[in-house]
Amino acid sequence: MQRIIYRELRSTPKVWGLMALCGAFVAAAGFSVLYVEEYGHIVTGMNNQIVWGLPHVFAIFLIVAASGALNVSSIGSVFGKMAYKPVARLANVLAVALLVGGLAVLVLDLGRPDRLIMAMYTYNFTSIFAWNILLYTGFIGVVAVYLYTLMARGVSPRTQKMVSLVAFLWRLALTTGTGSIFGWLVARTAYDSAIMAPLFIAMSFSFGMAMFMLVMILTTSVSNRVYSPELRTRQARLLGVFVAAVLYFVLVHHLSNIYLAKKTAYESWILLNGGIYTLLFWVGQVLIGGIIPLVLLFHPKIDVKKGYVLLAALLVVIGGLAQLYVIVVGGQAFPLDIFPGFEVSSSFSDGVVASYRPTLLELSLGLGGVALALMLAGLAMKFLRIVPENLTDDNVDPVLLTD
Amino acid sequence: MTMPASEKGAEISRRDFLKSGAALASVTLAPGVTLMAFGGNASADGLKPGARWGLLIDAAKCPSDCSACVSACSAEQGWENNGLDTDPQWIRKVTLRDKKTGRENSLPVMCQHCDEPPCVDVCPTGASFKREDGIVLVNRHTCIGCRYCMMACPFKARSFVHEPVTNQKTISPRGMGTVEGCNLCVHKIDRGDGTTACVEACTATGHNAMMFGDLNDPESEIAKAVSTYASQELRADLGLNLGVRYQNI
Repeated sequence: MQRIIYRELRSTPKVWGLMALCGAFVAAAGFSVLYVEEYGHIVTGMNNQIVWGLPHVFAIFLIVAASGALNVSSIGSVFGKMAYKPVARLANVLAVALLVGGLAVLVLDLGRPDRLIMAMYTYNFTSIFAWNILLYTGFIGVVAVYLYTLMARGVSPRTQKMVSLVAFLWRLALTTGTGSIFGWLVARTAYDSAIMAPLFIAMSFSFGMAMFMLVMILTTSVSNRVYSPELRTRQARLLGVFVAAVLYFVLVHHLSNIYLAKKTAYESWILLNGGIYTLLFWVGQVLIGGIIPLVLLFHPKIDVKKGYVLLAALLVVIGGLAQLYVIVVGGQAFPLDIFPGFEVSSSFSDGVVASYRPTLLELSLGLGGVALALMLAGLAMKFLRIVPENLTDDNVDPVLLTD
Repeated sequence: MTMPASEKGAEISRRDFLKSGAALASVTLAPGVTLMAFGGNASADGLKPGARWGLLIDAAKCPSDCSACVSACSAEQGWENNGLDTDPQWIRKVTLRDKKTGRENSLPVMCQHCDEPPCVDVCPTGASFKREDGIVLVNRHTCIGCRYCMMACPFKARSFVHEPVTNQKTISPRGMGTVEGCNLCVHKIDRGDGTTACVEACTATGHNAMMFGDLNDPESEIAKAVSTYASQELRADLGLNLGVRYQNI
């Protein structure tokens, strides 16, 4: 067994080509931000009924995936699975990159992004949004310290473990905060549930692991390095468990809602008659993001089927975006029940399902956030020693191979 | 029913409780460092001490074909709705049909000026705030346009300004990229008009379906009316203690 060696990515056309591709998406997002800044949100598909659209779907996906990516690192440091240690550095970097990408989308979709500084010094502590500002910025700081303990010489294992534990607890708090943005909205039938916090934590495990594996497969492929098939298989199986956990929380959430008479109208809409939202729920979230990945990830030959792992991780990401679209946009589209027992109508879409048609500008901003995250992670890999060069089965912890 | 001041003082509100938790957390995290002040300045000059401004709306007197209150608000505050989903709507007429009996009626819905406003709770910068006299407002200078208040409002009372605004009223500055809603004609209240544009318009039509006043002043017409006749709050189950009450829904 050799010591794990970390090396910067070499300057190859493939590496710089991918960076340029990401850069193009970031530039397109920049254009869309300036365009919306100039003309207002009138040029997007959002309106006074659907106030959070496609950018929020991407932003929340990235933020949730960020805390999940850190999990890959926590499994090694906090839970003692030494086989995960060699990829801990990359997991930390990816976690910060995803968070920055997500926050960029969130911030640039504000009505007044130029006033962001307001959110830095006029806090309202009853707002979970304000708490999240602290949780997000703190996350970057904590993960940076954690990365330092992983990369610096002479840091005691005890210190490293302590820092990793703080980072793990911080990420749990962060995702609880993100889920509670919705969970604490008492006015809307689709939200208003404490289960949103644990659901979002399960989603973060799943989306974060999927994003990590995609980045790992891509990086090792373009840099001609090895992604230990044994580690890959272990991570794939764990991803399967996370996908199942998400499905479980979704099932419990919907069953609980169906049991409550006041929520049955919403449930019958979203599960049966909700048009695009019903389609995205069953086909996007459950089938593409849940059942198919489960079948692939628990395939008996998954250890030799790298393509299955790649496909499953991709489907988890696509299903995750579909799930967030259903939660964020679908939850707003269903009419508010201001007058229980009455049929209502007005000039302000009372009593009807709100319409929303996302524009290319919003898609461009969302994809720009993903590209920014990947570009930041790529640059870090290019200039820092975070990606192992010799991650073969022989070099991962032998305990893993025997248990 | 209003609570005597002595009882109010003995209670700690939910918001105060949350703030004390936040204060404790920030002291624990960074002792000796004061990074921010809690809450906004909810007191303004000329506030009537102890007032709780509100509206009483009688749906039985509100004809379905009348929207004088909506037009008056639009003219007074300088917003315009041309039927697009992106247009602002500070006040709207809603037609109701009882699902069981088929009875129809109509009423205006605007910001309900909650005593426990969810929009104020969720606003990250404190731009959404409640004055001491119960009026819920948006400070357009500190609103960053995150729209979380619109997600949180149970009454869809707020609008986001989707495009550049022109010909603004000096009494009611608006701005693209920020959120706005009924301000209970705060400029009229502060200059002592004792009414709002919507109530004035409703009275002028002769329908008299809307009444404005101080819910905390036992001698006011509105306080007498709500203590004599049955009235209700929208979404009373949420326990938000609204400043707008309805009769005959």
